[in-house]
Amino acid sequence: MKKFTDCDGLAVPLDRSNVDTDAIIPKQFLKSIKRSGFGQNLFDEWRFLDTGEPGKENLHRKLNPDFVLNFPRYQGARILVTRDNFGCGSSREHAPWALQDYGFEVIIAPSFADIFFNNCFKIGLLPIVLDSKVVEKLIAQIQATEGYRLAINLEAQTVTTPTKECYHFDVDSFRKHCLINGLDEIGLTLQHTDKIKLFEQKRQSEQPWLFI
Amino acid sequence: MKTLYDKLWEAHVVHAESDKPDSTVLLYIDRHLVHEVTSPQAFEGLKLAGRKPWRTRSILAVADHNVPTTNRKNGISDPTSQLQIETLDQNCDELGITEFKMNDLRQGIVHVIGPEQGATLPGMTVVCGDSHTSTHGAFACLAFGIGTSEVEHVLATQCLVAKKSKSMQVLVEGVLGKGVTAKDIALNIIGKIGTAGGTGYAIEFAGNAIRSLSMEGRMTLCNMAIEAGARAGMIAVDDTTIDYIKGRPFAPKGQMWESAVNYWRTLKSDEGAVFDCVVTVNAAEISPQVTWGTSPEMVTSIEGSVPDPESIFDLSKRNDVESALKYMGIKPNTPIQAIYLDKIFIGSCTNSRIEDLREAASILKGKRIADNIKLAIVVPGSGLVKSQAEQEGLDQIFRAAGFEWREPGCSMCLAMNDDKLLPGERCASTSNRNFEGRQGPGGRTHLVSPAMAAAAAVAGHFVDVRLIH
Repeated sequence: MKKFTDCDGLAVPLDRSNVDTDAIIPKQFLKSIKRSGFGQNLFDEWRFLDTGEPGKENLHRKLNPDFVLNFPRYQGARILVTRDNFGCGSSREHAPWALQDYGFEVIIAPSFADIFFNNCFKIGLLPIVLDSKVVEKLIAQIQATEGYRLAINLEAQTVTTPTKECYHFDVDSFRKHCLINGLDEIGLTLQHTDKIKLFEQKRQSEQPWLFI
Repeated sequence: MKTLYDKLWEAHVVHAESDKPDSTVLLYIDRHLVHEVTSPQAFEGLKLAGRKPWRTRSILAVADHNVPTTNRKNGISDPTSQLQIETLDQNCDELGITEFKMNDLRQGIVHVIGPEQGATLPGMTVVCGDSHTSTHGAFACLAFGIGTSEVEHVLATQCLVAKKSKSMQVLVEGVLGKGVTAKDIALNIIGKIGTAGGTGYAIEFAGNAIRSLSMEGRMTLCNMAIEAGARAGMIAVDDTTIDYIKGRPFAPKGQMWESAVNYWRTLKSDEGAVFDCVVTVNAAEISPQVTWGTSPEMVTSIEGSVPDPESIFDLSKRNDVESALKYMGIKPNTPIQAIYLDKIFIGSCTNSRIEDLREAASILKGKRIADNIKLAIVVPGSGLVKSQAEQEGLDQIFRAAGFEWREPGCSMCLAMNDDKLLPGERCASTSNRNFEGRQGPGGRTHLVSPAMAAAAAVAGHFVDVRLIH
């Protein structure tokens, strides 16, 4: 997994709630059997005026000038600030893959859908939950200030604004440990191989019908 | 005093990082369901790391998202879909994983075939790289969707790194009105608590209205738990559960069946168990539901109208409603019954089981779809559902009414195959998500029960199915 320690980057506001994974990466792009290359179709139906298809070159497609990610001032943004229940819907990990591949390292929202939130940690993309009033303020400040950057420090669990306002965020200690060290979770779990085998044997003797 | 969720959780903890109730744990997985879309990268990762599946027999695989629902004998016309399905076939063949291939009678939607085969059994942890895995909770399983990294993790270790959710009880008491179904209960609950209302919770559905539901109805309800934000939905074991499982191919038999049933009967919340949150619903007050927006929480009853953004005080909510109505092409205050449709879709892991098809057919018998309906399709949940329906003559009723009778798969629920809406087309759909572009770019989805979809097909617009019943 990609290591994550800190990020100092341009922030972009996506001012809507309930952004679902179908919007993040539409289904026609899920036919790929690869893990990479989804960034070019991130938010495809919002970013482009035509309908995207796998293999279609973005160079020849018309961008939607009204969609925030296309504003010249937000090019190169690494932090997405958005509203409640971001990532709801399907379990497709293609959604965090697409966000990361596009260049995002951090997503800030008042709340996330469970599966999406979980998936982000598996690939080194950091989802940060901040109070909705703080998010409201950040969105307003980003919109008002060109070149607005946020500094995220995972070790200290802080988000710092250009005017040095500092917000603390919570993160599960195990997940934090894995992110900072870029650990392979499967490798970690396999350190418990004996325990898993023992558990499995007991389960098989007590509930043999689970093993037929 | 333990909840059903407590019991299921505790029975699967292999290792806990600490004694705290919110400790990160290794959770043992009994059943791993696999489909073609979220698995190729997991199999590739496994191979690259030189690992093998921990317990091959725990895995059941099927291609459902991409499969065509017509002319299967001619193969798959879309080369990218074909490659994805072939990749699943190859991975399963190489690793000795049980897979129902596209032309196998047992092929179908992963959440239909698991229970149908008895591969979903009470007390199991069931995972799949698909959010609607919550469906299997109808059998008192702890069942939830996972991402591809976790699919690889389960393949390699038979475990997941997990943290316990909070518990919510949704208590549905009273008697459902005629023509009102599990789908209407689900949509009604989502309308009440919102699509994030269940975030961070595992929901147990209980109450006499739930006890009265068939297993098909219970699966519909648990299926939609994810649309309320809950990763898992579940229902305690009773005679209905046990009767459904008996005799299915993967179910235990003989003495083992007796022992299993004895254990399964303990899979219910203890009297007096405490939930972190309780929501109560009066079944008698639920009318048939219709969604009008681009989130399942944007829902009202068949007697209702779409809202007027002007009357919404919260600015962010008002913006959401405004943009939803714009996308849906509906004016504020439009009565639901004045919404006309272009297409009808009966299918999906929410509503494609035999009972759903019987319900829809009972409305359609001797009737024809309205002239304004350009296409109406029925996509059975599995080859076995399809053949059962044909034995009962349901296909004849659908065909005579002007419906197309298709091969099983996910089809127009997410439109990864050729079944999709064209921009601007409006569909009454028995599926689970009305997100923008879900059924095809620019397509407009209204979620309803199979009976409501059938009634709308005949009228050409939404009507109250209770008046037809």
